[in-house]
Amino acid sequence: MSCPIPGEVRPLAEDDPALQLRQILNEEGEADAGAVAALGLGRQELLRLYRGMLLIRVMDERLMSLQRQGRIGFYGEARGQEATIIGTAAALGERDYIVPALREAGAAIFRGLPLRLYIAQILGNANDVCKGHQMPCHPGTRAARYVTMSSCVGTQLPHATGMAYAMRLTGDEAIVVGYLGDGATAQADFHVALNFAGVWRVPVVFVCQNNQWAISTPVTLQSAAPTLAHRAVAYGMPWARVDGNDVLACYAVMREARMRALAGGGPTFIEALTYRMGAHSSSDDPSRYRDESVTEAWRSKDPLRRVERLLERMGILDAAGVAALRASLDDEVRETVAAEEQVGPPPLRSLVEDVFHAVPPHLEEQLAELLPLSRQPVGARTHG
Amino acid sequence: MPRMSFREALNQAMCEEMERDPNVFLMGEEVGHYQGAYKVSQGMLQRFGEKRVIDTPIAECGFVGIGIGAAMVGLRPVVELMTFNFSLVAIDQIINNAAKIRQMSGGQFKIPIVIRGPGGAATMLAAQHSQSLESFFCNTPGLKVVMPSTPADAKGLLKSAIRDDDPVIFIEAELLYSEQGEVPEGEYLIPLGRGDIKRPGTDCTVVAYSKMVRLALEAARRLDKEGISVEVIDPRTLRPLDDELIFESVRKTNRLVVVQEAPPHSSFSGEVIARVQRACFDDLDAPIERVTSLDVPMPYAGHLEAMVLPDVDRVIAAIRRTLYLE
Repeated sequence: MSCPIPGEVRPLAEDDPALQLRQILNEEGEADAGAVAALGLGRQELLRLYRGMLLIRVMDERLMSLQRQGRIGFYGEARGQEATIIGTAAALGERDYIVPALREAGAAIFRGLPLRLYIAQILGNANDVCKGHQMPCHPGTRAARYVTMSSCVGTQLPHATGMAYAMRLTGDEAIVVGYLGDGATAQADFHVALNFAGVWRVPVVFVCQNNQWAISTPVTLQSAAPTLAHRAVAYGMPWARVDGNDVLACYAVMREARMRALAGGGPTFIEALTYRMGAHSSSDDPSRYRDESVTEAWRSKDPLRRVERLLERMGILDAAGVAALRASLDDEVRETVAAEEQVGPPPLRSLVEDVFHAVPPHLEEQLAELLPLSRQPVGARTHG
Repeated sequence: MPRMSFREALNQAMCEEMERDPNVFLMGEEVGHYQGAYKVSQGMLQRFGEKRVIDTPIAECGFVGIGIGAAMVGLRPVVELMTFNFSLVAIDQIINNAAKIRQMSGGQFKIPIVIRGPGGAATMLAAQHSQSLESFFCNTPGLKVVMPSTPADAKGLLKSAIRDDDPVIFIEAELLYSEQGEVPEGEYLIPLGRGDIKRPGTDCTVVAYSKMVRLALEAARRLDKEGISVEVIDPRTLRPLDDELIFESVRKTNRLVVVQEAPPHSSFSGEVIARVQRACFDDLDAPIERVTSLDVPMPYAGHLEAMVLPDVDRVIAAIRRTLYLE
């Protein structure tokens, strides 16, 4: 990456190599057959990537509408960002850990979190492994090595560096991926996480989903650097800029970063350029602050449509197959929501659980005083 | 029993736990090559190597967060803060993350971390280097808070804190580091949440912790000459709190004074007083008194600082008020 001379800040020319994005699958869904083959993804694996992306799209539609009906408290959709989420997660090994930001739950499901447990967490019912303690879109699952998200933007990134340090200390052959948005790059914790990772050369990959909006603040107000990837230069780590709507390119850059980390080559910063097609969350209305004609223009870059064209061209899935898959995923989500809505709330006793490793006497006393005065249902069985 | 300093007792506790469990490591500013800003980690780098005694860049929010991450995947980090005043740079990591991750994940991810270092006033270091912040941490569900007053307690409590599965805030009084005391040899553990009677007495109970125990004991010695018998209770662990030990003492003496170096508003002493008035209302023969710092940021000038901090005369005056002798 070229650097301006000291004291000078100048915009980069449009053809500057630092501004180029890695791309394998273009906006028309065309890809060089050799480049696809080099990824080592078979037909079933390509289909699995697409299914993971489509499930996010279908789930988001359904759960946003549930939020609008007042049936869940909050939701943050990932519409338009499915390629980054699934492409990067698909390149991980089973022992790798994900430290997510707001929009990566699709990666947890892709890695094995059952849909019913994801929905249970969103509803906060008695099946929720988080026992109704944590808000929607913040699932945590040790089984899928996906940690509970920290809501304070960027504060999850030092955890990712720390987990990577632990892996090196214990000799675990695994890496950690810390996800973030463009807004987090302004946060102090982002800088310390990258700085420590660079100094210690630990096996961590930072994936910045640059969707260009931090709620209402555009990325141009987050940073004066020519790209967000420029920040990696200052922390002495390799970087990649990738078309975040190209699932194959996202897979490729993550695979390279992972191999480097496993070989002792230290951390990597990936900037995936994408666009937040929807609102920041169910509490937000982007039409009040951004030019939605830009959003419309990004529809032509839709990450799902590209894969559909590729799958059709390769004879893996035709338009009818896409429609059938969509319908079946939609049914699965609807049926799961319906079933989980029948499950009662977590037991009131879960109020005092997991604050400490054992419930301390003062919490037992407080609960005992509270229960006779409570009008809440006592709740279902404790989750096993 | 061997005599040693407070800092040597802490060092021994960390070394023994690191020998015992390979998942324990120490991290902080200058803990390695410099041997610790207050020499608490003397010799540990040479003994355990750079992977387990880690000099960090200067960024408290960074290395506290890194410790939390390491704890999430099974390690037991001991994070040294150069002073607890700097814990405020990492306060989001401590309060929003360390204290909450177990609860938010429904118990899937535990955070067995110890965050330790000096706290309280030393001498003429002004507002940003003299704070007693324990009440902040005590007001946070999910944290345990330990403040030992003797080398033996420091060793026994730090070993327990390192083995504990919850995040522990372990605040050492900077002015106690050179204090000498007898420390039991070998495996010596004090459970978190168990207080100690530092001096038995019958006329008035004084609850004090960390270096305030010294003031309380000196006040008790002087009042003994007047025939007033003071019982000094050191809770040692502010959260969880051994309130039964305090209740038992108040039921015997019928009087209570709480001494803390922290300022008074919404602080630890208020919690003690609230519990005692509820549990021992009929036993009390006088209003509960407390001795705290003045409710101001710490001034630099020595004679002003001396006015802010609790001293023996103020403790004696408070005890005498509970006995209607003032």
